[in-house]
Formats: sequence, C-alpha cells, structure tokens
Amino acid sequence: MPSLRDIQLKIQGIKKTEQITKAMNMVAAAKLRGAQERMEQFRPYAEKFASVMGVLSGSANPNAFPLMEIRDVKKVLLLVVTSDRGLCGAFNANIINAAEKMAASLKEEGKEVAFACIGRKGASYFQRSEYEVLYSSVDIMGNVQMFNARQAGKEVSNLFLEGEVDQVQLVYGRFVNVVTQKPTLKQLLPIASEGLGEVEEEEESGEAKPVYIYEPSPEEILGTLMPLYINVQIMHSMLETVASEQAARMTAMDNASRACKDMIETLTLSYNKARQAAITSELMDIVGGAEALKG
Amino acid sequence: MAEKFRLEVVTPSRLVVSDEVDLVTAPGTDGDFGVMANHAPLLASLRIGRMTYYKDNETVNMAVSGGFCEVSNNRMTVLAEAAERSDEIDVERALRAKERAERRLQEAEAGREKIDIARAQAAMTRALTRLKIAGQEV
Repeated sequence: MPSLRDIQLKIQGIKKTEQITKAMNMVAAAKLRGAQERMEQFRPYAEKFASVMGVLSGSANPNAFPLMEIRDVKKVLLLVVTSDRGLCGAFNANIINAAEKMAASLKEEGKEVAFACIGRKGASYFQRSEYEVLYSSVDIMGNVQMFNARQAGKEVSNLFLEGEVDQVQLVYGRFVNVVTQKPTLKQLLPIASEGLGEVEEEEESGEAKPVYIYEPSPEEILGTLMPLYINVQIMHSMLETVASEQAARMTAMDNASRACKDMIETLTLSYNKARQAAITSELMDIVGGAEALKG
Repeated sequence: MAEKFRLEVVTPSRLVVSDEVDLVTAPGTDGDFGVMANHAPLLASLRIGRMTYYKDNETVNMAVSGGFCEVSNNRMTVLAEAAERSDEIDVERALRAKERAERRLQEAEAGREKIDIARAQAAMTRALTRLKIAGQEV
C-alpha cells in the first residue's frame, strides 16, 4: 500500500496537469474562434473564384491547358496537410492513416507514390517512412498566409508540369463541425473540368447564363487563373485543417481534464482510506499501551 | 447622380469594399477600363495597379494586385490577392519592399546567383503602385 505522502504527491501532480489541460482547452477554444472566422472570410473569395472558373471552363477549351492534362498515371503525389503541433487527440493520426491507406491501395494498383507535406506532424512521419517526400513545409500552420499556399502550389504544379508526378491528391482535415473533423481526399491536379462544371450548373439554375465580354480572351484568363485556383484550393484546405486542429485539441483537452478529475477523486478516496487506517492503528497502539500500563 | 451599382472587392483575408458606386476605373491587363451602371457582363483579368471608384462626391483610390473582376447584373466583383484603400496602405512596409526589390534587381543584373527576376520586378511594381497611391513621392 502506498504511503500517505506518495498519494498526496500524486494528487498534487495530477492537479497541476489538470490546470494545464484546462488552460490548453481554453486557448484552443479561443483559437478555434479565430480560425473559424478566417475560414468564413475566405469562403466568399473561394466561392466566387470557383464560379468564375466554372463559367470560364465552359467557354474555353480546357484541353489546351497543361494543368488540366490527363496523363497515364504512373506516379501519384499525395499532398498531406496536418498540424504542426500535437496534443490534439487522434486528429493528425487520422489524416496520416487516411493518406497511408490511399498510398497502399495505389501501390497495389502498381502506381508509385510520393508525398508532399504541409505541417510538421505529417512531414516528420513520412520522412521516417519508406515513402519519398518531395516537398515539405513546416511551422506555418500557426499563422496561415496566402503566400504559404502560393509556395506550396508552385512546388506541386512544377512537379506535375515537369512530369515528375501525373496526379496530385490533397489530403486534409475537413472541418465538419466542432466535434467532427474528417480526413478528406480531393484531387488537385490535373484540374478536373467536371468539378468546375458542377459549380457552373448550380450557379446557373436560377437565371439565364449571361454572355460575357472577355478581356483578354477566355483562354488567357483561364491560363492566369489556373495556378491561382490551385493556391486557393491549398489555402482552403490549410484553413480547414487549422480550424479542425483547434477543435480536435479542444475536445482532447476537455477529455483530459475530465480524466484528471476522475483520477483525483479516486486518489482522494484512497488517501482518506489510508489516513483512516493510520489513525485507527495509532489508536489501537495507544489503547493497547494504556491497557498494558493499567495491568 | 445617375444610377448606382454594387461594387465588391474581395481578397482571401477579407471583404475590402462593399458599396454602391457611380463609376469604377480598373487596371485591366489589356489597358484600363471604366465600368458604370448597366454594364454588359464582363470578365477581365487585372494587372497590378490603381483602381478608383467614384461615389457621389467621393473618390477612393485603391491598390490591387493579382486579380480579376466580374461584372454582371449591375454588380462588379473584384477578386484580388491583395487590395487596399489608399488610407490603409502601410507605407513603411511598401518602402521596405521597394528597397528589397531594388537590391534583388541589382544583384540579378550583376549576374549573381539565380534570382527570379520576374518575381522581383512584380514586387517592385507592387511596392511602387502602393507608394504612388498612398501619395508618396517615389
């Protein structure tokens, strides 16, 4: 049986842990609000962008663009977006698992797989794995900026254009709501014209399609917009991942705080038991001693 | 004044302008153009430069870069990677950017290392545009 002092030390330790997890929970909640706000602010831009791309791809010949070229797929690049920091439950593990599953099934089909990572957790995991990591960008998830997305977009576009890879898939933590984050796969390159078409149809359903004046030609506009579109997609997935990370951390830290509370409760109980046992045995001693003196 | 139309300027980080305006002049890739109410549907890409909108007696200058615009249904939407009103421009930062770009261009001229000249030039244009619109002597 552990001594009274041992139990007391343990209780104190756990109390300190609880303080930390509680603080982390609150910090995550505050950061989540910020991240959600940024996501909201980005949405109008992304939506407008997608609808314009839809209009354009309808009037320009999409096959003329190297970023849309569909090739025989020999090598696939998985662009994995994770967080930089841990202590957010199974969040990063879930994304990594989804990516690995994807990689395994691609390998089975006889395709090569390479990785590109945004976020430290994914980067350090895949660098230790058997897979090849062609690009990684870490320590940027704390403050995601458009130029981070631009940089990553340029790298993967170049890999695609040089023929190093024939397809790019994006894996990130989609923010469904505060309690649910879902690892999600999305094709980044070649840009799928069907995906763009869908947006267009939704857009059109209400009113007749306006006939646009293009300046310069639709092909030229589309040519300049496509690289930007990649950036927008990457930016979007980064913002979603950041929000998901904070939400996941909030839940994880909430669970941790609750576990701490439970442990403190049981430990306090056994502390009191031990204390009572000690008092009883001391009393027995005293009574025994008094009895002996009487005799 | 005459009929107004809606102008919205959106960047990835925020909604910069949302207002009813009389006239907008924008820096198109093929030259500046103006938009007034009831303009025909238009899709145009923009270069780095000055965008101006007129509202009643008010004139607002803006620096935009890396964007395009769409006009339809009496509504003009400008999507840019960066856009600032003249009173929002960070002059200090633009000056620093200008110096940096100048240095890079000089180094490129001296043939040192591989420097992305196009990028440095774009940075230069951005910085100069911002300074000009902020009313600074360049």
